[in-house]
Amino acid sequence: MSDNRKGSFWEIVFNRLKKDRFAVYGGGIVALLFFVALSAPVISPYDPGDVETSRLLEAPSMEHWLGTDELGRDVLSRMIYGSRISLMVGFIAVGLATFIGILVGAVSGYYGRWVDEAAMRFVDVMLTIPSFFLILAVITMLEPSIVNVMIVIGITGWMGVARLVRAEFLSLKERDFVAAARSIGQSDFMIIFRHILPNAMAPVLVSATLGIAGAILTESALSFLGIGVQPPTPSWGSILTEGKNYIEFAWWLSLFPGLAILITVLGYNLLGEALRDALDTRLN
Amino acid sequence: MNNNTLVEVNHLKTWFPIHSGIFAKKTGDVRAVDDVSFKIANGETLGLVGESGCGKTTLGRSILRLIEPTWGEVKFEGKDILSLGKSDLRAMRKKMQIIFQDPFASLNPRMTVGKIVAEPLSIHRVAKGLELDDMVASLLSDVGLRPEHASRYPHEFSGGQRQRIGIARALALKPKFIVGDEPVSALDVSVQAQVLNLMAKLKEDMGIAYLFISHDLSVIRHISDRVAVMYLGKIVEEAAREELFSNPVHPYTQALMEAAPKTVPCGKRKRIILGGDIPSPANPPSGCYFHTRCPVKVNDCESISQSLKEVKQGHRAACMVKAP
Repeated sequence: MSDNRKGSFWEIVFNRLKKDRFAVYGGGIVALLFFVALSAPVISPYDPGDVETSRLLEAPSMEHWLGTDELGRDVLSRMIYGSRISLMVGFIAVGLATFIGILVGAVSGYYGRWVDEAAMRFVDVMLTIPSFFLILAVITMLEPSIVNVMIVIGITGWMGVARLVRAEFLSLKERDFVAAARSIGQSDFMIIFRHILPNAMAPVLVSATLGIAGAILTESALSFLGIGVQPPTPSWGSILTEGKNYIEFAWWLSLFPGLAILITVLGYNLLGEALRDALDTRLN
Repeated sequence: MNNNTLVEVNHLKTWFPIHSGIFAKKTGDVRAVDDVSFKIANGETLGLVGESGCGKTTLGRSILRLIEPTWGEVKFEGKDILSLGKSDLRAMRKKMQIIFQDPFASLNPRMTVGKIVAEPLSIHRVAKGLELDDMVASLLSDVGLRPEHASRYPHEFSGGQRQRIGIARALALKPKFIVGDEPVSALDVSVQAQVLNLMAKLKEDMGIAYLFISHDLSVIRHISDRVAVMYLGKIVEEAAREELFSNPVHPYTQALMEAAPKTVPCGKRKRIILGGDIPSPANPPSGCYFHTRCPVKVNDCESISQSLKEVKQGHRAACMVKAP
């Protein structure tokens, strides 16, 4: 492989991604999701809340490309606004999980001994709890809302990241450049965040990208069960759940949000897998 | 005591505990450094030579407290380093630095060369801003690199160049003492010479004292003022360079020298071939640690442990047969 060896690690990784077909597809899908979510008010043909009682459950047509729902709302517009929920849930929930995971993993791996022991046993305990049921339980106790969904997905999803980061720290802290940092009098804080963490980010990034796909699925499932995003806010999961009542004669209500979830998850997965390959070759 | 002494190591021991079983009970120690004492004067180079696994690297790192020693005393300019608190130790690190063996592992791959060399200067608030950039540029040219290399990353350089980057980082704080932990072992022979000459020149210019660790006798002979030979965590012989190379006393030193390749192959060689392997430092032999492989062993060697004894002025060896 003729890699361009110039530039920073991330520049090299980006150059590799550009050459990877699946990375381009995955990245394209994710970029499209960003574009749709950010420009929702501009590109959606109708207001997602507009009720047209004369046009209930209409099949896809020139006016309503993806049809209308049981209240006569435009499905395409609702899905465009629903993409904002998916994007937000993906980023905030996974961002929170990654943040907690990095913190726990870094402290655990760097300090070792009883700190490590305590943190890892706590991780074990957390992992014994089936997270989907924990989320269900917590959300039903709290008020079902998108914010609660994101927080709960975040605080039940950090354990994998913590283990990854810890493992990276265990091996990186023995490397000579860390000894070098200590020999010039660098503080623990700076050694952790400036020297070790940037070198431990590759697997974290892969796991976060794949985690976003998981978080989007979880949100859709929660909304499908009616305890995620609350009406009238549209989300792919909630459109899907409304659609299931009419699936025999209004298939478009279920098919398109389902496809949107599928393609988005596929996009993040493709990107994550491609990242894993691009980050694989270690630079020294 | 000599006023000129910069580093004084007394009875230093670095033992690593061995834990085993489900309750991680301590079952023994690896005696990586076992009761080592020596002194290094200002501007002097002490070469430390020995086989792989004899504790050379652990000794070098213990002196700098990159590994915490178990026991003993390390004095730097008369101050005991091992009793320093965290902040005093960080301040002390300005004066003592290390150059690592593997130039591929000792530089952070995510930092530019400029940031790597600037880091010690920013930590100790020596300079900032443009002044810092200037200092980095002059450090890079001191070690034979170009100032514009500062914006590149370590993986864009060859092994020899990276070792120079490591040297520039070690020099940044103008230390008085540098531990060279096999600084040329990972390099090609032609590059070895360049790096050795660079280190020798820096010593001349800045009066730096080195503890130069190597397993390569010719390198040690090239750069050292005095040489210490280490075997299984202990120093077995120590003398001025010429004295040691022309008149080795300890049978282990003699065996090492016989094993080194000769430039004149037909010279007469009384070959001493060491049998067996280096014993485990977790379970060292009784008495003199070398008795299991020693060609001149007598019965008492198995029971009486040896310490360094003066053979001549400035030449010490730990052998009851050769240095009674």
